[in-house]
Amino acid sequence: MDNYLVAMAVFACLYALLALGLNLVWGMAGMINLGLVGFFGLGAYASALATRRGGVPIVGGLVLALALTGVAGAVMAMITARLRGDYLAIITLGFSEVVRLVASNEIWLTNGTDGISGIPGPWRGRVTPETFNLIFLGVAALVVMLVLAVMQRVRHSPYGRVLRAIRDDDQVAAVAGKHVLRFKVEAFAVSAGVLGVAGALWGHYTSFIAPDVFVPLLTIYVVLALTAGGTGNNWGAVLGAFLVVFFMEGTRFATGWLPGLKAVQVAAVREGLIGISLLIVLRLRPSGLLPERLPRVAS
Amino acid sequence: MSVPLDETAQLVVNGLVAGTMLAVPAIGFTAIYAVLRFPNFSLASHITIGAFAGYVANAAGGWPAWAAVAAAFVVAGAAGVVNDHVVLRPLRPAGALTAAIGAVALTIVLENVVRFVFGNDLRGYDLPIRRDWQLGAIRVGPQQVENLVIAVVAMAAVFAFLAFTRTGKAMRAVADDPVLAGLKGIDAERVARLTNFGAMGLAGIGGVLLGLDTTIDPLTGFRVILSVFAAAVVGGLGSIPGAVVGALTIGVAEELSLLSLAPSYRTAVGFVAILLVLTLRPRGLLGERAY
Repeated sequence: MDNYLVAMAVFACLYALLALGLNLVWGMAGMINLGLVGFFGLGAYASALATRRGGVPIVGGLVLALALTGVAGAVMAMITARLRGDYLAIITLGFSEVVRLVASNEIWLTNGTDGISGIPGPWRGRVTPETFNLIFLGVAALVVMLVLAVMQRVRHSPYGRVLRAIRDDDQVAAVAGKHVLRFKVEAFAVSAGVLGVAGALWGHYTSFIAPDVFVPLLTIYVVLALTAGGTGNNWGAVLGAFLVVFFMEGTRFATGWLPGLKAVQVAAVREGLIGISLLIVLRLRPSGLLPERLPRVAS
Repeated sequence: MSVPLDETAQLVVNGLVAGTMLAVPAIGFTAIYAVLRFPNFSLASHITIGAFAGYVANAAGGWPAWAAVAAAFVVAGAAGVVNDHVVLRPLRPAGALTAAIGAVALTIVLENVVRFVFGNDLRGYDLPIRRDWQLGAIRVGPQQVENLVIAVVAMAAVFAFLAFTRTGKAMRAVADDPVLAGLKGIDAERVARLTNFGAMGLAGIGGVLLGLDTTIDPLTGFRVILSVFAAAVVGGLGSIPGAVVGALTIGVAEELSLLSLAPSYRTAVGFVAILLVLTLRPRGLLGERAY
């Protein structure tokens, strides 16, 4: 049971990273990313392949994941930065499908739908599984704290203020002399990089990745986490991530009590509940549990 | 590498047929965008709902293909109106992107409703097996021709409706300028409901066409949605003739990609097309505004 709770805490940390990454673009800059699972997957594959096949140390894999997803995010933001936000929604959703398509089909590289197993983890095999779990929880929590600190810094800095200005009205920001295009591309690239690192950590923790890990449902989990926690609020992103993980696990036990359902129906109920929860939060409390409070500007 | 001309011609014919079938849901996507101004990703699950409604009518009810198409249109259209009224309409004041997020969540919910009822198994329509026709060097399946006819009739009905009926004109007026249309006394709510009914109904027909062509499962709609986006974006988001041109372009491009790519990458062609169009001509072939 302890081990189970530790594992859930690790997953909650990884979701918190995803939610923090999403908060930078959606919460602060008002840009949508409906394909964040694509960046998550790209990072996971990049790090898994580099460490498993290329013999690169895990830290190297994480850096590679960060760089690769950052570049992919920058390219997508550049293509759509001048267009209405809807185009970014379409292009990111499309990107996540293409990542899954490539992961399923380039068997020579990704082992196709069988996935990649035996991805190294820090000290895995040299310590007991329980200790490994604890070590990884420490690593994940450390990365969350680091990213949270950076994001809080961004939020309170003039840079974050420009992002919020772009979110609220990018024409006004442009008139004020801000290079809107550059801010959008930078924010999206950094956010994508965080998503990529979360993906890489996921692979190193579970030691196995396959294309069907990276389904659109995961994007919904993260959007739910951020919306429930509080869009625009970094602490809200972290809180929301933990809530979503415990909610998901809760539905696992709750659906166990439903009599006479087949396994596929139980799975359908659980997935459906995630979608319904997001719709309810969007409808009833769109600002989340910890609503965004604008940092005070020193006068 | 030299490619036999016959093979290319065959692929172009297949692509035009596939493109015509793709145009039906693409018109739906672009029509909702034109009137309600947000990308309604829940079109994917309405394609699936239509596919399953047609399946129940055809395989369980024993209805012929055309009746299954009608059933799918009505069921998916009605589902579209209800879902929009209950779920998406209240989110729209918060912005197009919030509505887009809601639409993705709605898709997941609806897909799982279908999964709950029908399971994950692949299902096929109950169709007679017929021999392909040989026209010179080109092979055409009777089912392909039937699908082509269904798609063309559906599209002709859309264009006639928009061009000749009062309601169709009202719809175009709202798409053009909602404020001006309101001044003229056009009820935007009513137009929105009708648009949802028609557009999601078309998505449902698109689902039946997929079912007649291959097999269906709860992910049927999601699998084609990338091609539907591509058709709408290439043609110009919000332009109905554009959606048709875009769909034909994507259909042919996807088939021609088979000359150099593995078949499983067919849907990636749509994504590449989106990237190219947004880089070179963001408003698409026939669209007006993209900024």
